[in-house]
Amino acid sequence: MSNSIISIKDLSFGYGDRLLHKGIDMEFPRGKVSAIMGGSGSGKTTILRLIGGQLKPTSGQVEVDGTIVHKQNRDGIYRLRRKMGMLFQHGALFSDLSVFENVAFPMREHTNLPENIIKDLVLLKLNAVGLRGAAYLMPPELSGGMARRVALARAIALDPDIIMYDEPFAGLDPISMAVICDLIRSLNDALGATSIIVTHDVAETFSFADYIYFVADGVVAAEGSPKQLMASKLPFVKQFIHAEKDGPVPFHYDAPSMKEDFAL
Amino acid sequence: MNINTKTLLKFFEKIGRSFSVRALRLGAATRLFYLILIYSADSFKRIHLTIREIYFTGVMSLVIIIVSAFFVGMVLGLQGYYTLQKYGSSEAIGVLVALSLVRELGPVVTALLFAGRAGTSITAEIGLMKATEQLSAMEMMAVSPVARIIAPRFWAGVIAMPILASIFSMVGVLGGYVVAVPIIGVDEGAFWSQMQANVDFRFDIVNGLIKSVVFGIACTIIALFEGFDAPPTAEGVSRATTRTVVTSSLAILGLDFVLTSFMISG
Ligand SMILES: Nc1ncnc2c1ncn2[C@@H]1O[C@H](COP(=O)(O)OP(=O)(O)O)[C@@H](O)[C@H]1O
Ligand SMILES: [Mg+2]
Repeated sequence: MSNSIISIKDLSFGYGDRLLHKGIDMEFPRGKVSAIMGGSGSGKTTILRLIGGQLKPTSGQVEVDGTIVHKQNRDGIYRLRRKMGMLFQHGALFSDLSVFENVAFPMREHTNLPENIIKDLVLLKLNAVGLRGAAYLMPPELSGGMARRVALARAIALDPDIIMYDEPFAGLDPISMAVICDLIRSLNDALGATSIIVTHDVAETFSFADYIYFVADGVVAAEGSPKQLMASKLPFVKQFIHAEKDGPVPFHYDAPSMKEDFAL
Repeated sequence: MNINTKTLLKFFEKIGRSFSVRALRLGAATRLFYLILIYSADSFKRIHLTIREIYFTGVMSLVIIIVSAFFVGMVLGLQGYYTLQKYGSSEAIGVLVALSLVRELGPVVTALLFAGRAGTSITAEIGLMKATEQLSAMEMMAVSPVARIIAPRFWAGVIAMPILASIFSMVGVLGGYVVAVPIIGVDEGAFWSQMQANVDFRFDIVNGLIKSVVFGIACTIIALFEGFDAPPTAEGVSRATTRTVVTSSLAILGLDFVLTSFMISG
C-alpha cells in the first residue's frame, strides 16, 4: 500500500464548458497535515468536493485509500465518506438541532450505539474542542469561532481517517484562529488522521502544515514544505506569500482593452 | 441581414430559452419526485421525522385554516340564503354550504392557504439549508438529504393536506350554520336533514379527499423543489419562495379543473 491515503492524478474538472482544473496531481501522505492554497475562486473547495465524490472529474481521477472515487456507485461513495470528516467553511451546523445533537448526528445515523454511550462520546468530542459546556446551546447562539469548533467536533465524531477543512480560519478573530490552528494539529496527531486544509491564510498555514500545494490557473503552481516555499524564487509564490498587489496575478480581471471600452 | 430579422431572431431565441428552462426544471422536479419515492422506505424507518414535520406543517397551519374556514362558511351562508330565498328554497342552504365546501372550497382554499403558510416556509427552510451548506454537509456525512430532509416533509404534506381540508369543511359548515340558523332563522331540522340526505359519501366526500391528496402532492413537491433548486443566496431563496406561491396556486387551480371534469363525467 502506498504511503498516500489520497492521490489525485491528472485531474481536470469544470462546472460548465470552461475547465476550472487542468491536470492537477497531488499526494496526501498518511498522518500529515497538507494544505491547498490559492486565491478565491481558484477551485480549492471544488477539489475537496471531488475528493468527497460530490462531483465527478471531467478526466483524471481521485484515489482514496486505494479506491477510485468516481468509479464507485452511491453505496461505495457513502462507504468512503465514512472515512472522511469535513469542516465546511461556515460550519454548516444543522440549525434545527442543538450542539449536542449536531455532534451526535453521525453517530445516530451510522452506529447502533446505546444512548448512554452516545452521550459520553459526544461530550468527549465536545471536550476536545473545549465546548462541553455549550452542549445544549442552539447553533444561532454560538459565535463564529464556536460554531467552527462544534462543526469540527461533528467532523471527528466517527474518528475519521481523513479530515478536510474548508477555510477554517476565514472570518475568525486572532484568538479563535490560534485555537483552531492548535486543534487541527493536535487532532491530526491524536487520531492518527490525515488532514487537508484549504485556505489562503499564509501565516497560519506556514506555521503548522507539513506540505503545501499552491493552485493557480487550474494547475499546481508550486508545492513543497513551508521551508522550501519560503525560499522559493517563483514570482507567483513570492507574490502570494508577501501579499503583493502586483505580480503574475494581475489586479485587473480580464477585460477588453481600455481603448475598446472607453471608445477611444 | 437587416435589423428586423435580427430582433425577430432574438425574440424567438428568448422564447425558446424560457421554454427549455421550464422543461429542464420540470424534468428536475420529476426526478426529485422519483428520488423521494425511492428514499421513502429509508425515511419511514425514521418515522419520528415525518411526525415532527406533520406537526410543523399541519398543526401550524391549523389556526389560519380554522379562521378562514369559519369566514368562508359564513359568507356561503349569507350568499346562499340570498339566492335561495328568491326561489323559496332557503332550507336547502345546508346542502349548498356543505356541497360547496366538501367538493370545491375545502380542498382548494385549504391548498391555497397551505401553499402560502407551509409551502413558503418549506421552500425558505430548504433553500437556507442549501445556502448554508447543511445539505452538502449531510451528504458528506454519508446521509442522504432526500431521505432525511426531503422525503419526511413530502409525506407530512401529503398526510396533512386531506386532514386540513376535512377540518376546513367541518368548520365551514359550522360557519354556515351560525349564519343560517341562529342569525337568519332557517329551520334547524331542515338545515341538517337536507344536508344529510343530499351529500353523498362516495361522490362528494371521497372525491373531495382525492382532490386534497393530489393538491397535497403538488404543493409539497413544488415547495420542496423550489427550495432544493434555489440559488444559494438570500435573493435566490426569496425568489424561490415567491415562485412557490405562484406555481402552487396555478397548479392547484389547474388541477382542480382537470380533476373536477373527470369526477363529473366519470
Ligand atoms: N456549483 C457551482 N456551479 C457553477 N460554478 C461553481 C459552482 N461552485 C463553484 N463554482 C465556481 O467555480 C469556481 C471555483 O469555486 P471554488 O472551488 O469554491 O473556489 P475556492 O474555494 O478556491 O474559492 C468559482 O469561480 C465559482 O464561481
Ligand atoms: Mg472555497
